[in-house]
Amino acid sequence: MTTSFKVGFAGLFLSIAAVLSGCSGSESSSDTTVAAEPAATYPVTVGDVTLEAQPMRIVSLSPTATEMLYAVGAGSQIVAVDEYSNYPQEAVDLGTKLSGYEPNIEAISEFTPDLVIASYDPGSLVQQLGEIGVPVYLADAVTSIDAAYEQIENIGLLTGHAAEAVALTESMRAQIEEAVAGVTLPSEPLSYYHELDNTLYSVTSNTFIGSVYSLFGLRNIADNVEAGNDYPQLSAEVIVSSDPDLIFLADTKCCGETAETVAAREGWGSLKAVTNGNVIELDDDIPSRWGPRIVDFVIAIRDAVSALLATA
Amino acid sequence: MARTRDTARLSWWIVSSAVVLVVSCIVALMIGPAGPQWWRIPLELLDRLPFVSIDSGISQRDWTIVWQIRAPRVVLAAIVGGTLSLSGASYQGVFRNPLVDPYLLGVAAGAGLGATLVFALGGARPADWLIDPLPLVAFGSGMVAVFVTYMVGTSFGRTRSNISLVLAGVAVTSLATAIQTFVLQRNNDVVRQVYAWILGRLSSATWGDVRLVIPYVVVSTVALLMHRRLLDVLRVGDDEAVALGTNIRRVRFIVVAAATLGTAAVVAVSGLIGFVGIIVPHAVRLVVGASYRKVLPLSLLLGGAFLVLADIPSRVLSDPAETPIGVVTAFFGAPFFLLLLRTRESAS
Repeated sequence: MTTSFKVGFAGLFLSIAAVLSGCSGSESSSDTTVAAEPAATYPVTVGDVTLEAQPMRIVSLSPTATEMLYAVGAGSQIVAVDEYSNYPQEAVDLGTKLSGYEPNIEAISEFTPDLVIASYDPGSLVQQLGEIGVPVYLADAVTSIDAAYEQIENIGLLTGHAAEAVALTESMRAQIEEAVAGVTLPSEPLSYYHELDNTLYSVTSNTFIGSVYSLFGLRNIADNVEAGNDYPQLSAEVIVSSDPDLIFLADTKCCGETAETVAAREGWGSLKAVTNGNVIELDDDIPSRWGPRIVDFVIAIRDAVSALLATA
Repeated sequence: MARTRDTARLSWWIVSSAVVLVVSCIVALMIGPAGPQWWRIPLELLDRLPFVSIDSGISQRDWTIVWQIRAPRVVLAAIVGGTLSLSGASYQGVFRNPLVDPYLLGVAAGAGLGATLVFALGGARPADWLIDPLPLVAFGSGMVAVFVTYMVGTSFGRTRSNISLVLAGVAVTSLATAIQTFVLQRNNDVVRQVYAWILGRLSSATWGDVRLVIPYVVVSTVALLMHRRLLDVLRVGDDEAVALGTNIRRVRFIVVAAATLGTAAVVAVSGLIGFVGIIVPHAVRLVVGASYRKVLPLSLLLGGAFLVLADIPSRVLSDPAETPIGVVTAFFGAPFFLLLLRTRESAS
């Protein structure tokens, strides 16, 4: 009796985990046409969403979308964000703690929004909000930087900041190109391990995170897993025997991991990344969001690679 | 005369089960997704014995993989499997119900709630704590859950029936699970960690984990093995056991407490590994009969061997990724058990 209950419980988590890891596979509204002219003329159509007027009461249920909204200059149009929207500070100051994971339609409608942006539809979010006349733009997880640019430009278009959005993506593109051009990569590619949490979950090159490392021609030690398992839990034996040149910790906030805690793990102390000081502590949020702070992520990788090459 | 032959047979079973366990551990130590060639490992182990010197040709790094990463995992699997099987068999004896598992009275749900709270409150931060809070909180909350179950279950009317205790366990399990789900909904960024914990995690085993559980497991094992004859007396029924001069309440309390102590300790370091606690004691019963004098020690040894062997596919099946141990135990254990059931039924 308890056993079958537990199995059902585990199944529930499996489905939740699949959703959270963003492996739904659906590309974000790629049938979009980004307006060439920057004028904020309405109606505007992006994918399935048509807005008759500039939205002035936006609810964001996605931390990434929140960062995008503020970066394109639509911050003053936001009335509420979800509980995990912790950047920029203005978003935190709104003090709203909606759930993007289990959206409460009534709580959202309290804000009388004229546009809701979410990263995924857990069930009938689009339909239910549609019934009360609230349009929903789904800015789902992307798998490439280009798709992220497109999403930023779509959000700019919808909110009446198309020109700022294009300027932002151009600036991001330029900064990323400059960062990548700033390092001369060795002929033998450097290898890396990106840690999502302290149970050794990682990412493959097929993910958005992996695509950013690929800019620097880095080789991911997790890439041998079978297709479809893009967020694998790696075996500690494999990590230690791969002896990656670089270890990126994206679990400094969730799990308190640091270069010191990694060095203290049994069997990890003699890894080259540990002995050469190439364990890089990242802010968990930066690699996991595909918003304007991609640039910070790219620069963190650039700095790590340059530091390694300088001492080599 | 019959008694002596019986004891001799029991010793034979125990020795052969211990051999199975040791061989399983050595085989498990030889197989993994990385590290040296398998045949070098026994050579290196022999080399480490006193007065033996063999050049196994294993590099320092490979030996680190075998000894620092794989070996604690093998040892922990043996401890966890043995403890869960022994606790399961003891619970089944004390409740006289073959479908009981060691999680019956809420230890798993309590530990799960504790672990979820640690993850949600941003715990498991070795930097801020002297010791890792996760196993301690999981252990503590598992024990508390069973304590609540026991207090509630025995406070209502006649304790002659185990039913109220079992029902209290169901209620406490549901309550703890509900709170856990609520906490998880409010902190969905830790879903993956909690999920990995629920499916069991030998993958991050360290020698530290082994040292952490050993004292509790030893106390629990000794206490349970000492009660093997009393569990045989309980088999005849409560009234008959009382007539034979057994203090049922005391036996039940000690067995439940000892089994819970062991289970909570291993759950705290390895998460929820299902199936072992039910299937191994039953497999043992099918082979050697229902006497707890045999079932308890053999469950301990063979449960350890079972989990050690089950952990091998968990390591190599989706190399370089992990397959959750809970999936492997059920996937390989269930058909094995059905096969055993079938051969036994047709033999009798």
